[in-house]
Amino acid sequence: MDARLSREGIVGARLSPAQLAENFADLHPPLDRHEALVESDRCYFCYDAPCMQACPTSIDIPLFIREISTGNAVGAAKTIFDQNIMGGMCARVCPTETLCEEACVREIAEGKPVKIGMLQRYATDIAMAQNKQFYNRAPSTGKRVAVVGAGPAGLAAAHRLSMHGHDVTIFEGRPKAGGLNEYGIATYKSTNDFAQAEVDYVLGIGGIEIKHGRMLGRDFSLSELTADYDAVFLGMGLAGVNALRAEGEDAAGTENAVDFIAALRQAEDKTVLPIGRRVVVIGGGMTAIDAAIQAKLLGADEVTIAYRRAKENMNASEYEQDLATANGVVIRHWLAPKRVLNEGGKVVGLELEYTIIDGDRLAGTGETLAIEADQVFRAIGQSFRPEVLNGSGASTAFEGGKIRIDAEGRTSLAKVWAGGDCVSLGEDLTVSATAQGRDAAESIHKSLMG
Amino acid sequence: MADIRNNFIGIKSPNPFWLASAPPTDKAYNVIRAFQAGWGGVVWKTLGEEGPPVVNVNGPRYGAIWGADRRLLGLNNIELITDRQLQLNLQEMKQVKKAWPDRALIASIMVPCEEESWKAILPLVEETECDGIELNFGCPHGMSERGMGAAVGQVPEYIEMVARWCKQYSRMPVIVKLTPNITDIRYPARAAKRGGADAVSLINTISSITSVNLDSFSPEPSIDGRGSHGGYCGPAVKPIALNMVAEIARDPETHGLPISGIGGVTTWRDAAEFLALGAGNVQVCTAAMTYGFKIVQEMIEGLKNWMDEKGHATLDDVIGRATPNVTDWQYLNLNYVTKAHINQDLCIKCGRCHIACEDTSHQAITNIVDGLRHFEVIEEECVGCNLCVNVCPVQDCIDMVPLAAGQLDKRTEKVVSPVYANWTQHPNNPMHKPAPVQVPEPAE
Repeated sequence: MDARLSREGIVGARLSPAQLAENFADLHPPLDRHEALVESDRCYFCYDAPCMQACPTSIDIPLFIREISTGNAVGAAKTIFDQNIMGGMCARVCPTETLCEEACVREIAEGKPVKIGMLQRYATDIAMAQNKQFYNRAPSTGKRVAVVGAGPAGLAAAHRLSMHGHDVTIFEGRPKAGGLNEYGIATYKSTNDFAQAEVDYVLGIGGIEIKHGRMLGRDFSLSELTADYDAVFLGMGLAGVNALRAEGEDAAGTENAVDFIAALRQAEDKTVLPIGRRVVVIGGGMTAIDAAIQAKLLGADEVTIAYRRAKENMNASEYEQDLATANGVVIRHWLAPKRVLNEGGKVVGLELEYTIIDGDRLAGTGETLAIEADQVFRAIGQSFRPEVLNGSGASTAFEGGKIRIDAEGRTSLAKVWAGGDCVSLGEDLTVSATAQGRDAAESIHKSLMG
Repeated sequence: MADIRNNFIGIKSPNPFWLASAPPTDKAYNVIRAFQAGWGGVVWKTLGEEGPPVVNVNGPRYGAIWGADRRLLGLNNIELITDRQLQLNLQEMKQVKKAWPDRALIASIMVPCEEESWKAILPLVEETECDGIELNFGCPHGMSERGMGAAVGQVPEYIEMVARWCKQYSRMPVIVKLTPNITDIRYPARAAKRGGADAVSLINTISSITSVNLDSFSPEPSIDGRGSHGGYCGPAVKPIALNMVAEIARDPETHGLPISGIGGVTTWRDAAEFLALGAGNVQVCTAAMTYGFKIVQEMIEGLKNWMDEKGHATLDDVIGRATPNVTDWQYLNLNYVTKAHINQDLCIKCGRCHIACEDTSHQAITNIVDGLRHFEVIEEECVGCNLCVNVCPVQDCIDMVPLAAGQLDKRTEKVVSPVYANWTQHPNNPMHKPAPVQVPEPAE
């Protein structure tokens, strides 16, 4: 065994730069032309296609695949972008195995769906490499719309609003646009700085200005926006990370998985990223999987995901779970964190309690287990911080801790729409956020021009 | 085990699979490889007159169309007859026949439509001790511009004349290869028979342009920016060939004239279909040119297996069995009523049957039932057209189920009659007759 792997504690450079580069390369290398043609031939061009129904943005999948098969990849890209301007990123990060590809009739027929995500990437890559801008701005309406957050929801809204001739200003707290596409996606799913390339592509339509370093609730208030703009779209993310509620979780070495994932994405040089020898990730969603796999790829010797319920309750898809185990991650179920063990303030292990379903609630059995660990990641969910809306006059209605919206994305406040992770509807996926941003933009447009 | 030995106009071969006269049978090297692979016979690539051989283009000779996954469906060629010296071909033919006495070796011939030309070449060919000759009256490109190939095959009088010369100046069995580039295949077949030909073979290739290069606007295959029509073959032409074979087989004037079936034979099944429609054997080219000679193994074993399963002991038990079932439209039973039936266990819910029926046919297939995606035939609307069966990607998922006599056809609200009745007696037919014109009972 390489001595670097067995070093105790949280240290960098467990693997060689070459090994790290290989580990963080594209998870699924793009299809080449031949592969794309072979794959596109498999599509049956279904009527009212189930894949299309399963897509939160309702991309006309049979049509774009047929366009690829006839040698019109650029046309295919337009079909995709018509519904989803973030189609490039969605092609990389969508859990297609639970969306379009699960619904594909060839999944039913043969257990082998058409590789819709890979084909979508093929088409969008070609169009974006040529910087094909398919949409022109309508003549200026003179209306100004503020968008809070340059994540998928905000960008999708801004693009659609600009297309309709409105002037858009995006307020973004972080130094880069893209939201979770930039800061929250596993590195091997978005290589070559794709998130920024996509931001540039989306902004290519013109009429969209991004003000960085401007955070709602800190640098301005919602009431200021509603006073200054004709409409406002709220597309913030989830700033709060749920606590483990385990004793001693402030010990050094206990971290938020989302911060780890963001740091990985931003690190040019992966050797500087420290990782533990024995890592435990608490949670059962995509964030847990992404953190665990990447911990392993950085050279952690043992990586364990501890989840407090059964395999089938995990939010991460089965495909993602398999990806984790294939990378050497051990997934353990029915274990809830009880105590972070430390020595001198540093994590040395984790005490977990076995759980059972008691009636309709989860309960500890009293039996515990200790796992050696020098690093513990929290990945048990994030929450919306409503205080950013404080001091904005009339209070916004919430539902389940998030902003309540109607089917068109309207909040309870006049002139204010919302979408993405900060709202109560939809799944926490790039593609759902994009759909909500787009649909809210249509609603805003209708309202402004009504 | 079924016996698939073939006796075609006295020419014996261990199986009914011959390679057609074409590039695969150009020279001894290929033919020997073909025999090693198991082919029952070959028709050697067409010989021309003694003297300087023809020349071929030096650019692409083939064009194609493809199906899904780039499966070759149709091939077109602008290659001419052999471009090797006549003597070399004859020498090789003689050697090969000697080395492979159990295989059929046929010489394909194309010389100018003059008695002297035929008179000159026939003894040379006979000298090879080949089993017979095939007169190439089919080639639709190049040679036809020189008054040969399809130019002869399109004039029944010429066919008859040349066939007669061949019978007169040779003891060899004569097969006349017909071009499909005519309006009615029965006329050239009748002419061949009148001329004394022992058999006809068909179809030769169909005049075609496979595609146009949309950058250069040249037809494909493109020779320096220009193209010429070629001869089309491969799986795409099989239905045309089957019909022409059937037309000759059931024509009273040519009924019984042996037919060597050609056109898109790719699998044992295709071959069996040609045999059933009256072909005495089959000739294959495109399938070999696509996959190599080994495919004959699948054909041999597949044909035997099917014959065993069905209890057909020899090829004679199969040949022509479908011919009596080919009839004119006017004799089809209008009291035969079918309804499509979708097997819900096999249905993958692609919806293609629905949209094909909805947009282009009879609005007889649901797409939503009780709010769920569900495809089911509405018998009140179904005319039994079979389109849904043809567009369904799952084999045997949709069946056409005949209604039994006495059952109610929900579309017409009439009870299905047990009586055979056709257009000749239908009241809507201004020429209708009171009683049905009798047709032979179906053979099966």
